[in-house]
Formats: sequence, C-alpha cells, structure tokens
Amino acid sequence: MSRRHMPANGLNTRTADATLRDVGLAPAREGRVLLLACGALAHEILALRRANGWDHLDLACLPAILHNTPDRIAPAVEAAVARHRADYDRIFVVYADCGTGGGLQETCRTLGVEMVPGPHCYSFFEGNETFAARAEDEFTAFYLTDFLARQFDAFVWEPLGLDRHPELRDAYFGHYETLVYQAQTDDPALTARARECADRLGLAFERRFTGYGDLATVLSEAAAPRR
Amino acid sequence: MSDDEEIILSELDDDELVQQMHDDLYDGLKDEVTEGVNILLERGWEPYKVLTIALVGGMKIVGDDFRDGILFVPEVLLAANAMKAGMAILKPLLAETGAPKQGKMVIGTVKGDIHDIGKNLVSMMMEGAGFEVVDLGINNPVENYLEAIEREEADILGMSALLTTTMPYMKVVIDTMKEKGIRENYIVLVGGAPLNEEFGRAIGADAYCRDAAVAVETAKQFIARKHNQLAAG
Repeated sequence: MSRRHMPANGLNTRTADATLRDVGLAPAREGRVLLLACGALAHEILALRRANGWDHLDLACLPAILHNTPDRIAPAVEAAVARHRADYDRIFVVYADCGTGGGLQETCRTLGVEMVPGPHCYSFFEGNETFAARAEDEFTAFYLTDFLARQFDAFVWEPLGLDRHPELRDAYFGHYETLVYQAQTDDPALTARARECADRLGLAFERRFTGYGDLATVLSEAAAPRR
Repeated sequence: MSDDEEIILSELDDDELVQQMHDDLYDGLKDEVTEGVNILLERGWEPYKVLTIALVGGMKIVGDDFRDGILFVPEVLLAANAMKAGMAILKPLLAETGAPKQGKMVIGTVKGDIHDIGKNLVSMMMEGAGFEVVDLGINNPVENYLEAIEREEADILGMSALLTTTMPYMKVVIDTMKEKGIRENYIVLVGGAPLNEEFGRAIGADAYCRDAAVAVETAKQFIARKHNQLAAG
C-alpha cells in the first residue's frame, strides 16, 4: 500500500491543505510540548507559535477530514497520544468536542491530557461564551473557517454528493439561512471564495472577523511552563 | 442483457418488474419507479401490495447497504426521493382501500436543531410500514410535542437531533412528560447521528433507533407489546 508522506511542520503555504486534509502533519520533534491538533487548525497554530515565539511547542496534526466522521476522532487521538507520548514532556490536544458527544473528553481524561474546551472550532474561534450566547438565535447558520472556505469542495460539496447531484442541495440546506464566514485572517480573495460558497448553497452571506479567538488563549495556557 | 439495451418496464412480468423497481429505487430513478408503480396498479395489484413489495422491499436493500457502509447519504436521499414519488401515487389509494394500520407516531426534530434528513427517512419508512405519521418538522419546543401527542392520540413520540448541543433537549421533553404524569402513555423513540443506546437509556427513552429500518422494527415490537398488555389486562 502506498503511503503519502507527512510534511515536516515548517508548513508555510496553503498548497499543503490537501495533505493536512487527508494525511495530517508529522511533528518536527523540536519542542518539549506536543500540540496534537486537527489538520484544519495547522496554519492558525503555526501562526500563533511564530507570533509568540513558542519554540518549545511542537505540532502534529491528524487528518482534518476526520471532521466528517467524528466517531473516528477519539480513537485517532488516543492512538496518536500513545505514539508520541514518550517523546514529549506533555501533550495538549487541540480539538474541541467536535461532534464526538463527549467521547473525546472522556478519552483525554483517561489519557490524562488536556484539550480545548467548547463544542467545536466555530465556537472557540468566535469565543465559546460569545458563541453560546448567540447559539439560540443562530441555529440556522452554516459556518466556514478560513480552512473550510479553502477546502469547501472536499469537506462539504463532494461528501454530500452535490457535485454529482446538485438537486439535493435543498434537502441538506433548505432550513439554513446564512453562511457565516468566520475569518481568521484578512484575505479578500478568501472572503470572495466564502461568498461564492454561500451562493452555491443558496444562503445569505456574512463575514465575521474572529481572528484566533479562544485558540490564542488556550494555546497561551498550554505554552506556559508547568510546575 | 447489455448495459445499453433499453428496458421496457411494461414488457416485464411482475417478478421481473419488482426486481427492476428495486434496482431503480436503489439508483434513485424517480420517473422509472413512478412508472413501475402505475404499471403494477394497472395490473390489478392492491396499493398496499405495491407499497410493501415494490417500494418498502426496495428501500430495505437501500437501508441495509447504508448500514453496511456500501451506500452513503446522497444515494439514500435519491432513493428516498424515488420512493416518495411512488408513495405520492399510493397514499390516496391506501386511504381508500383501508390498508392495515399499525399505530400513530408524532415525530419532530428538537428545539434549536434544523436537521431533518434522518427524521424524514424515518417518517417515510414508518408510513411505508403502515404507521400514520404526524411530522412536526424542525425546531420543536416541548410544547409542540406535548400538544401534538395529545391532539393526535399518538402511540409513539419520535424525537430527532443531529447536534451534540441539541440532543440533551430530548431529556427536557421526557422529563416534562414525567412531570405531567403522561410519560407511560407513550412509546418514546429517539434517534440522530450523535446519539447512542446509552444516551437513550440515560434520558429515559424507550429506545434509541440507529436508523430508519431499526425505528420501524422497534416501533412494531413496542406496539405489539402494548397490544399484548391491553389484551392481558
């Protein structure tokens, strides 16, 4: 069986998105704390690491496409923690619940590792408190992040069969009203792409700049030395 | 028969036609399924027989292959659309011909949740199995469920949720039923992607149903049990 090579984590271009989606990211083995993350967060985590000089944080990513099969996330995290544990002082899991129904939290508790609080990345990018306060009025919103806007076809359009059967669109999205693009960065081209995604789904478009939200706070805590 | 040879449905005998309808349903071919239903009716088949043998029989294969990971949601949706088209012809005829009734179900997606693909499949398969279904749609607060099960004199309450953030609302509905002393009057079935049996038990539902086929079988079992209890009592 052929195996695609995982890139080293000096990742600096968006051309790596397809690899982050399907394969993940191998750690560079140059820090004492390992961030074990969803591939959809790799660019944001590396940007925060660069900006804050967190050189003691290493990053390994699981394939982002696990987003579409949440039941596989906790077992994949468990296996990765087992694989990397001996090489680091500490491992921090950069996933929220992500549709695991508490399963990932239970796995992390059993493994004795911490994870990101909150239901999913849409929530922690916006800030868990803000997102929760809005949730009651915003359940007809469909969210995209920077990564998901770039990877819309692979994560949304194709898995739902809309490339082959566009007539199914309203069966999936008929009750949604707005596509909220949570922008982590200011990128006019990406905003245009997200708007195009909204058009394809027949939804109104809203851009909401979130920056890195709670991810910055959580990683800052993970980066802090432990006594 | 070569792939490009055209099949004339009306030239097939009954067994071949039913087999072809199962294939067409599997492939989500709405027009062909509709044509097949009309041909069987013209040949004197009872609407109930068309429904159970040609349509439900075909959807069972679709459901089994979905469960086994051979088919995925888009294919199931296309098959369901084809079955719905066939059922649209049969429904008024079933009402006229007095097809057997299994019981009545009120079903809806819980408050804060707008996802209804699974719920719609359950509704359709329950109707196909002879249940009368009152579909409350999406985003239902507890009041909607309680009002509907009383008004409709339902046997079964079905609740659906796709989100881990909305599935706890099912417990709110069941707890309210308990507070009002009506919980035991109804069979409560729950379903949705993030649920499992343990969750169903924990919130006090009668059963968690993994998919539409399981929902139908579970509903039939509970209804039979209810009838047996009534007969014994």
